[in-house]
Amino acid sequence: MTKITMTVNGKSVSGDVEGRTLLVDFLRKDLRLTGTHVGCDTSQCGACTVHVDGVAVKSCTMFAAEADGADVATIEGQAAPDGTLNAIQAAFQEHHGLQCGYCTPGMVMAAADLLKNNPKPTEAEVRHHLEGNICRCTGYHNIVKAILAASGQDVSQIAAE
Amino acid sequence: MPKDSGIGASPKRREDIRFLTGTGQYTDDINIHGQAHVYFLRSDMAHGKINSIDTAAAAAMPGVVRIFTGADFEGIGSIPCGWQVTDKHGNPMQEPAHPVLAQGKVRHVGDPIAAIVAETLEQARDAAEAIDLDITELPAVVDMKQALEPGATKVHDDLDSNLCYDWGFVEENRDAVNKAFEEAAHVTTLELVNNRLVANPMEPRVAVGDYNRANDESTLFTTSQNPHVIRLLMGAFVLGIPEHKLRVVAPDVGGGFGTKIFHYAEEAFCTFAARQLNRAVKWTSSRSEAFMSDAHGRDHVTKIELALDADNNFQAIRTETYANMGAYLSTFAPSVPTWLHGTLMAGNYKTPLIYVNVKAVFTNTVPVDAYRGAGRPEATYQLERLVDKAARELGVDPIALRRQNFITQFPYATPVAVEYDTGDYVATMDKLEEIADLSGFEARRKESEARGKLRGLGVNCYIEACGIAPSNLVGQLGARAGLYDAATVRVNATGSISVMVGAHSHGQGHETAFPQVVADMLGIDDSMIEIVHGDSSKIPFGMGTYGSRSLAVCGSAMVRATEKIINKAKKIASHMLEASEADIELKDGQFTVKGTDKSCAWGDVTLAAYVPHNYPLEDIEPGLEETAFYDPSNFTYPSGAYACEVEVDPETGKVTVERFSAADDFGNIVNPMIVTGQVHGGVGQGIGQALLENCVYDENGQLLSASYMDYAMPRASDVPFYTVDHSCQTPCTHNPLGVKGCGEAGAIGSPPAVVNAVVDALQSGGHTHVTHIDMPVSPQRVWAAMQG
Repeated sequence: MTKITMTVNGKSVSGDVEGRTLLVDFLRKDLRLTGTHVGCDTSQCGACTVHVDGVAVKSCTMFAAEADGADVATIEGQAAPDGTLNAIQAAFQEHHGLQCGYCTPGMVMAAADLLKNNPKPTEAEVRHHLEGNICRCTGYHNIVKAILAASGQDVSQIAAE
Repeated sequence: MPKDSGIGASPKRREDIRFLTGTGQYTDDINIHGQAHVYFLRSDMAHGKINSIDTAAAAAMPGVVRIFTGADFEGIGSIPCGWQVTDKHGNPMQEPAHPVLAQGKVRHVGDPIAAIVAETLEQARDAAEAIDLDITELPAVVDMKQALEPGATKVHDDLDSNLCYDWGFVEENRDAVNKAFEEAAHVTTLELVNNRLVANPMEPRVAVGDYNRANDESTLFTTSQNPHVIRLLMGAFVLGIPEHKLRVVAPDVGGGFGTKIFHYAEEAFCTFAARQLNRAVKWTSSRSEAFMSDAHGRDHVTKIELALDADNNFQAIRTETYANMGAYLSTFAPSVPTWLHGTLMAGNYKTPLIYVNVKAVFTNTVPVDAYRGAGRPEATYQLERLVDKAARELGVDPIALRRQNFITQFPYATPVAVEYDTGDYVATMDKLEEIADLSGFEARRKESEARGKLRGLGVNCYIEACGIAPSNLVGQLGARAGLYDAATVRVNATGSISVMVGAHSHGQGHETAFPQVVADMLGIDDSMIEIVHGDSSKIPFGMGTYGSRSLAVCGSAMVRATEKIINKAKKIASHMLEASEADIELKDGQFTVKGTDKSCAWGDVTLAAYVPHNYPLEDIEPGLEETAFYDPSNFTYPSGAYACEVEVDPETGKVTVERFSAADDFGNIVNPMIVTGQVHGGVGQGIGQALLENCVYDENGQLLSASYMDYAMPRASDVPFYTVDHSCQTPCTHNPLGVKGCGEAGAIGSPPAVVNAVVDALQSGGHTHVTHIDMPVSPQRVWAAMQG
C-alpha cells in the first residue's frame, strides 16, 4: 500500500492505495465521488474523464499513485458552490444533451477541455474531439449542439425539436 | 398555464441537475456497510462438460468469504423464460433449464461457472485465478443451419435437437400464399442477415443483494428497466421468496435498450448469496463481461419474397427466418422473432396474403433477446430492403412503388393478426420529401461526384407495434405475464402531488414528462408534481419501461387515476361551494360553479380532504389518493418515412452518412424535446447497426468482438445532425392520451434507409450487379461488392 495525497476539486485529500488501484476507483470508492463513471475496460468510452493538472485524462487509464501531488478536477466540482451550473452544464440542460446521464460527466469534462484550448470549435472539431467519448442514448446531435452553444456560437440553425 | 408546463411543452428536464453535477445514484454508486464483492469465473470455451471444479486453493486466499458453484444451486429454480411459443404443429417450444451457475456443462463463452465472494473485488479476482477447472471441450454449434443438421451436437442433451420451435404464421394461409407466388407476374427474392448486436448501454449491469435476517427481508438493487418483473420472476420462480419479503430497487439506470429488462443469473446470485452469508453481496459487470453475459440482440438469417401483379401491386409475402436464441432462453426471447416480428410483416402495405416461418435455434452463444425495437427492426429491414429491390428490378421509383401499395383506410386489419387503428402513410411520406429536400438530391449527387465520391439516397417506411400490450391477447400468444401498467396519484394536503408509477425511466425523462400530463389535467403547474419510480416497495405493480410503452400504458394508468382524483375533488368542491356536483368545473387549478363566480382553489380542496371539517363524510372518505391499473386494448402503431443520403469512397469503400431525415407519426406528443431526443438516439443506433456494429463468433464459438476494441460503437464523428419531424399526428384511438410511443422508432426505421442508400450509391456508380450488401456495411464489404 502507498499513501497518496492530491487536491480534488480544490480540497486536499489523501488515502492508502495499492499500486494497481486506478484513479477512477480511488475517486469513486475511497473519496465517494461517484460522479465519475466506469463504462468500459479498454479506455474507449470516456465516461471516466477527469482533469489532472488541467488536462483531460481518462481516469481508468491512470493509477491513483500517478496522481500523487496532482490537482484533479471532477464533475462534482464543475458547478458553482451555490449549485449554479456552469456554461457547459447549462447548455447541456438547455439543449437536451443528455438522457440517461451515464456518459454525461465524461462529456462535460471533455467539452471543458476542448473549449479551453479551442474556444470556438467547428461542428467537425467538436465531433472529432468526442472520439473518446461514447454515448448510446442521444445519437450525439444534442451533445454537439450543446457544446457549440456553450462556446457562445449560434445554434439556432441546427434542427431542434 | 405557464408556457413551459403541461402537454405539448418542453420544460427542461429535472433529472439533468443530478446527472450534470455527478450526483445521480446509479447502482454501482450504492455501497452497503459490510458488503462483500463477487466475481464470476466464466467459461472461456463455448461448449464443455464440467468434470470438476477445485476451489480449495482459491478458498484459502486472502479475503475470500465463500466460493459458490452450480452444486450450491441444486434445488434452486431455473432462470425462467417469460414467454412460451407454440410451434406450427401446436406443440410447445423446447425449453431447457437455465441454472444460476453452470451445472454439468458450460454452453457459451461467458457462462458463469463459479462465484467468488470476497471482501474486495481485487481479492475475488485474484482467487478466481486459483480455481482449477477440469472441463472437457465439446464441439460447438455456432451456425444456425448447421445446428439443425441431423447429428449436430446438441446444446442441451435433454432436448430432441437444437430447434427451439418451428413457427408458422398464419399457418392456414400458407397454401394461398404459395399459390399467389405461382401466379405472380413478378417475384422479388432477397436473402439477408440482421446482424447480431450488443446493446451496450453505457452503464454496465450491477446487482447488489442485501438481507436483513431480523425480519427475513431481502433487497436487490439492480440496473433494471422493470423492478417488479424481476421481483416476480426471481422471487416466485427462482429463489422462492414471497413478494412481501422481497424488495427490488432500480435506482438511476444508465440506459437499457431492452438489455436490462431480463432477469439475469447475477441478480439471483446476489440475492441468494446475501441470504446465505447474511451480508450484502455486490456485483459490477466489466464491459468485457457485459459482452459475454448481457443478452445480445437481433441475429436473424432471412429469405424473403414478394409477389407482385402486372400492375406492381403487392400480392403476397413469404418469409423464412432462422432466429438465434443462443444457449439459453432469455426472458422474452421466443416472442421477439414471432409475435413482435411476424405480425409486422404487412408493414405499411395492403399485401393481402402473408406467411411467416421462423425457426428458433439454440447455439453455443450468449442468449439473444429484445434490443431496441425487438423484432420490429428485423421485420422492417427485410420488408423495406425487399421493396427497394423490387422497385429496382421493375424499373420503378422506390417511393412511387411504396405509395401505390400504401394502406389508406383505417382501422386496417392486416393478414397477420394485428389491426392498425390509425395512420397516414401518405402524409408522412409527403412530409419526408419536404424535410429531406429530396428534390435537391440530384444536385447534391453531382456535387459529390465532382469530389470523386458516389452518393446514394435511401428511402423507406416503417410501422411498428408498441405500447406493449393487451394482456389477454399476449396471454393467448404464450406470454406468462400481463402487460398492463399502474399509477398511484397521491395528493398531499397542501396540494402537491406524488405519482407512483410502474414505468421506470432509464433516460426517457419520465420525471419531467409524466408530471406534464397530470398538470395538464388539473390545471396546475407541473412543478407541484413529483414522480416516484423504481422501488417495488413504493410503487404499484408495473411491468416497466420498454416496447415504447411508458406513456401509452403507464401514462394511461396515470390519466385514469387522475380522473378518479378529479371526480372525488369535484365532490369535495361541490360540498364546499354548496352546489351540485354536475355544476362544478375544474380549470386552471380552480373549481368553479358553472355560470357563477363562486370558486375555490385546488389547495382548498386538497386541504379539506385531509382536514375534513367542512366535508361530505357521510358520502365519501377523507383523503385524496387513487390508483389505476391500465390494460391496453391494442398495440399502438407509430409509423413514418425515413431518408438517408450517403457518400461512398470508391477507393476504400468507406461510407459516410451525409444526411438523415425522419418523418414520424407518434400520435399526440407530450414533450416534443424528449421525443426528438428519442428519435436521435434510435437513429444513431440504427446507423451503428447498418455500418459499424457486429457481434462475431468464430466457428469454435469464441467471441471475437468482446470489447470496444473490436466492436465498433458509433461515435459523434460517425453521424451527422439529423432532421426530425413529428408534426404528422394521427392520435391513437384507444388510449386516453392518444399517444403512440416513440422510443424505438428511430432504431426500427433507420437501418433500411442506410443500406438502401449504399446500394443506390453503388448502382449510380455503375455497379449494377450490387443489389444487396449485408450489415454492417463496412468499407471492406463495400469494396468487395464493387469488385464483383
